[in-house]
Amino acid sequence: MFAYIVRRLIYAVPILIGVNLLTFILFFIVNSPDDMARSQLGEKYVTAAAIENWKIENGYDKPLFHNAEAGGFYAYTDTIFYTKSMRLFAFDFGRSESGRDITADVSQRMWPSVALALPTFVTGIWVNICVALMVVMFRGTKLDRWAVLVFVSLMSISYLFYIIGGQYMVAKLWRLVPISGFNPTADAWKFLILPVVVGVVAGIGAGARWYRTLFIEEASQDYVRTARAKGLSEIRILFRHILPNALIPILTGVVVLIPTLFMGSLLMESFFGIPGLGSYMLDAIRSQDFAIVRSMVFIGSVLYIIGLILTDISYTWADPRVRLN
Amino acid sequence: MSESAMSSVVDAEARVTKLAVSDLSVALTGSGAPILKEVGFHLRAGEVYALVGESGSGKSITSLAIMRLLPDALQVTGGDVQYGDRSLFALTEQEMQEYRGRRIAMIFQDALTSLNPVQRVGAQIEETLMRHTSLSGAEARKRVVQLFEEVGLPEPDKRLDFFPHQLSGGQQQRVMIAMALACEPEVLVADEPTTALDVTIQLQVLDLIRELAKKRDLGVLLITHDMGVVRNIAHRVGVMYQGEIIEEAEVDQFFHNPQEAYSQKLIDSLPDMTHYMHGTADDPLLEVKDLEVHFPIRRGVLQRIKGYTKAVDGISFSIGRGETLALVGESGSGKSTTGRAILNLEPATAGEIRFKGDAIQALKRREMLPYRKQIQVIFQSPFSSMNPRMTIGHILEEGMVSLGLQLTAAERSERVASLLSRVRLEPEFRHRYPHEFSGGQRQRIAIARALAVDPELIICDEPTSALDVSIRAEVLELLLDLQREFGVSYLFITHDLSIVPHLAHRLAVMQDGRIVEQGSAESVLTDPQHPYTRALLESVPRID
Amino acid sequence: MDTVKIVVLWSDLLIYLLAASLTLFFWNMRGNPITAARWRQVFGTRLGMATFVVLGAYIMIALLDSLHFRLALEEDPGQKSDQVYFDNQVVSVLDLALGDMATEHERTYSAPFALQSFEKVNMKNADGVSYRDFPRLEHAGAHLADPADRGSDLVLQSLIGLAKGGVLALIFVGMQWFFLRGSTLPWRAAWTTQAVIICFAAWLIHIGNLYHVLGTDQAGNDVLYKSIKGVRTGVLLGTLATLVMLPIAVSLGIAAGYFKGWVDDVVQYLYTTLSSIPGILLIAASVLLFQVYIDLNPEFFEIGLEKADARFIALCFILGVTSWATLCRLMRAETLKISQLEYVQAAHAFGVSHFRIITRHILPNVVHIILITFVLDFSALVLAEAVLSYIGVGIDPAMASWGNMINTARSELSREPAIWWTLSGAFFFMFSLVLSANLFSDLVRDAFDPRTGLEGAA
Repeated sequence: MFAYIVRRLIYAVPILIGVNLLTFILFFIVNSPDDMARSQLGEKYVTAAAIENWKIENGYDKPLFHNAEAGGFYAYTDTIFYTKSMRLFAFDFGRSESGRDITADVSQRMWPSVALALPTFVTGIWVNICVALMVVMFRGTKLDRWAVLVFVSLMSISYLFYIIGGQYMVAKLWRLVPISGFNPTADAWKFLILPVVVGVVAGIGAGARWYRTLFIEEASQDYVRTARAKGLSEIRILFRHILPNALIPILTGVVVLIPTLFMGSLLMESFFGIPGLGSYMLDAIRSQDFAIVRSMVFIGSVLYIIGLILTDISYTWADPRVRLN
Repeated sequence: MSESAMSSVVDAEARVTKLAVSDLSVALTGSGAPILKEVGFHLRAGEVYALVGESGSGKSITSLAIMRLLPDALQVTGGDVQYGDRSLFALTEQEMQEYRGRRIAMIFQDALTSLNPVQRVGAQIEETLMRHTSLSGAEARKRVVQLFEEVGLPEPDKRLDFFPHQLSGGQQQRVMIAMALACEPEVLVADEPTTALDVTIQLQVLDLIRELAKKRDLGVLLITHDMGVVRNIAHRVGVMYQGEIIEEAEVDQFFHNPQEAYSQKLIDSLPDMTHYMHGTADDPLLEVKDLEVHFPIRRGVLQRIKGYTKAVDGISFSIGRGETLALVGESGSGKSTTGRAILNLEPATAGEIRFKGDAIQALKRREMLPYRKQIQVIFQSPFSSMNPRMTIGHILEEGMVSLGLQLTAAERSERVASLLSRVRLEPEFRHRYPHEFSGGQRQRIAIARALAVDPELIICDEPTSALDVSIRAEVLELLLDLQREFGVSYLFITHDLSIVPHLAHRLAVMQDGRIVEQGSAESVLTDPQHPYTRALLESVPRID
Repeated sequence: MDTVKIVVLWSDLLIYLLAASLTLFFWNMRGNPITAARWRQVFGTRLGMATFVVLGAYIMIALLDSLHFRLALEEDPGQKSDQVYFDNQVVSVLDLALGDMATEHERTYSAPFALQSFEKVNMKNADGVSYRDFPRLEHAGAHLADPADRGSDLVLQSLIGLAKGGVLALIFVGMQWFFLRGSTLPWRAAWTTQAVIICFAAWLIHIGNLYHVLGTDQAGNDVLYKSIKGVRTGVLLGTLATLVMLPIAVSLGIAAGYFKGWVDDVVQYLYTTLSSIPGILLIAASVLLFQVYIDLNPEFFEIGLEKADARFIALCFILGVTSWATLCRLMRAETLKISQLEYVQAAHAFGVSHFRIITRHILPNVVHIILITFVLDFSALVLAEAVLSYIGVGIDPAMASWGNMINTARSELSREPAIWWTLSGAFFFMFSLVLSANLFSDLVRDAFDPRTGLEGAA
């Protein structure tokens, strides 16, 4: 187990280097420092000197990968790739293009994101499993077929409609809770409850449908037939035999997402005015602040890889057949 | 055949009828197509009643219908099942649950998938006990230990906390049996309980069932396709064919004087161990010397190779022209790996494979091509051995095209037609797709495919084990005819010792990657030297 | 003298290429009896027929909207006779079919079927006294003598519209009935759906040319027209992005599963790396960078629509290139499985070349996964378009799309009283497309996925 985790962590290094290389190519080769300078300076006829000046000021005057002028080790470190990308490994994100400290921003904005994403995530899974179990109890009947139709309809509605609809009905029409905003005190729940409910409802269609499929797939396994031949009741079979087995695929689909909860949700946070990482990213995209986008890509990849490792570990815990090596 | 079975036959009439099935009919829910047609039989206490038939005969459906566990796609359309004086079909579902596991218990073919993979085996049995008896907690646990002892599981108090995958196949089936017997039912329905097991284990499990039936005065309904199993433990037998019981008899009477031609055919599938193939060739076509095939085991942080699984561990044999060598062993013995290594589908770790004197074990893809024309293969599964998206014609032509037989399209199609008629199929079949054929027909097409390039050696990897017994004989006969006609040699890989005398000149017995004994089929089978060969031989059913 | 100048956008070319190749693909799949039986299973259900007809209608709209041309301008008096000037406005065949809907602009918002504007403006009456009131709309109900007749006129015109539709539907369905009488498939469901769609469309076009069925937006454009124009964008994005993704995913996945060894390592590394990057950030960054490229090279694009089209195609490519990991993983797993099967082993024993094994034995047996992915991804992409447009990295605002409509609808809804019709228009067209695609893809998956086949048997 320990050896396995160590190996996975070692494997993570080339993947993260790959991520950095990819973003680097995207940001600096497709969009060269000269282009960046031009679009940042904003005028159509900027002088070459102004561009050079901007590049020096912002640290883009170095070569991309290999600096022939600097000797030895510095030939690789005194380059844009190294200064802009590789230092991310030390979680040193530098400053955004508008001059803010990204590391400080991230560590501050992470918590509102978690405050929204975690309750949505946990309630969502719980609700989806309950709904799916209820439907599975009636499998093969008309009720089951109608439920599937409802699930498919629910998942055919864009997320945006759920958010806009929820805001309109709950906050504007019925005036139950504030439309948007956030207050990191005891009152936070007032601001969070609507986005959480919207998030859960929006996820029911796809989630419950998927879990229903998993349950039904398990229900056709041989061991379920054995359980019936033992004289167990359908309820007991569902909860003691089908559920524990179906939890294995549910778990693997879900655990990988846990670390990425820190990244928050782009849509939810921006619609409901929650100052988390999701809205941070959205603002960065809209103001074309590539330094922030690059940092968030890196953080997202790290969290995803942690999620993969957690998934494997949770597998061994849920399924006695799995041993890591 | 034991005396106990004989004596039970004598007083069978005096025994109580436990289960009476009458006029049971089952049909497909949608189309109403009949699956079972008025099946009826009685099961008495202490007897083993074998319901025997080939795949699709409806024997498993009968057992599920009795348990009222039919899948939704099927429904009972008539008839009744009487347990004592109650009709099972008249019970509510709640009442039926009281019968299942308590009075009628069932065991299934594949014990591994039939046990809940994430629940400890002890807990799975305790669950049954708690459902039907007042036992709980420590008492239930104690009872499980007793049951495990009774079914012969070693170290029962430890096995209790194992998960199913940690047990061997035979042990899993013993757990299933313990689970079925936990609440002391009076009827046991066993659906192919030994089919998934290796032959030596099969015998042990059958002995256990027979013993328990006697000790507990249990009525056993045994569903099987294997006449050997019937011969071994059944008292009475019912032959199922296309959803009907066509013959029913006491077991001795049945084997000596079957009424139906179909029954006779089933009995004929039992091995004839008196006639052997003779004559061996001196001129070796294939020579295998000290062949080793090892698979690396990787472990640790850096995934270094920490050891090897020795699938084939230094074996030597040779096959002469026009000769058949049977390579016999149980699953995991390395016999199929040997075949794959000869075909160069698996790299040999060490040793030599010589074909007509040329070493072929380390040839590159292109260098191997001329030999591929001469060494061909027939696989086990009639379902996965042909690409479902190609017509039979294309399947047969593929080898001719890729091995560069210089033929025009017209010549190829003529050849396809002649190949099909050679394996006794219609030439028109070439335009059809594999799924339109039965298992036996597909296996013949697979033979035709191998013959398409005129090979001198054909490696037959369990070509008949997925076939029903009545078809098995036809396919074997075809292989023998082809050998007589074209002088082709076979390496016949099988787990079934019983077909060897009829088929092979020589025999090599494989265990754990090594050949433990080889020689002429007659000498090995009549005078086995190695204990493992003896054990294999004992598990082969015979008619006395 | 030319009266029209045909404009071929890259996306037009692609959509027709796509339609042609899909038709060919389905035609080829009929050859094998198993595949034919599976399609029969899909179309043997009424739901399958009905949803397919709905999808077909959307695809028809998209195809009609992909035949672009520019009309010649009327000759100016001083113009030389051999010189033709073309309108800068590009129109499509669909625009012709919709009649005047495109050009009937009002000044600003108006509610559905309204005769008056939504906002009061300062007006002067005949006496020159200024007052504030809702002005009469320019085009909606212009044929009415008295605004009070609106109710009865609506009923009358609806009947006319429906009657037109009824006649059309009768001819259309009648012809099919004549040719397909002997078929055992549930054609009745297909015909009913067709009749409903034709009648509805005829009604919409008829009424839509007299009133604004879904009102108008801030700039006074007809919302119904905008919603219909969004169809092409949605359909095209949903198919094109998958089409870009397919060759990458299929070739890499099969190569990894078939050759194993270092090829497998490299492919696995590639897709793990790609899927570890938060998708939306990668897409956003790529689109932004492409936008920068367009802005820096304006000389490549003759007209505004071409610029929007270039961004649209780039979006499809970006979505395709960033989303192949999932299918690639499936392909690899399935290929690993098939490579172990006996018919592939037998092919090896016959010395069949790698290329032939892949094309004859492996590819045809993974086609069902490709098909399932194609139909499943379609609806996901249509939904994704809305989200991307909201973030600001989606379709160019100059191009009609449901995402852009939802985006503007958000602020409209918070007005007092709320403007709900833009959102409703986008909702209706998007929901009916995605729902029928989802239902259809469910049927396709049930028919083609061997695993769900088991589910039915037990």
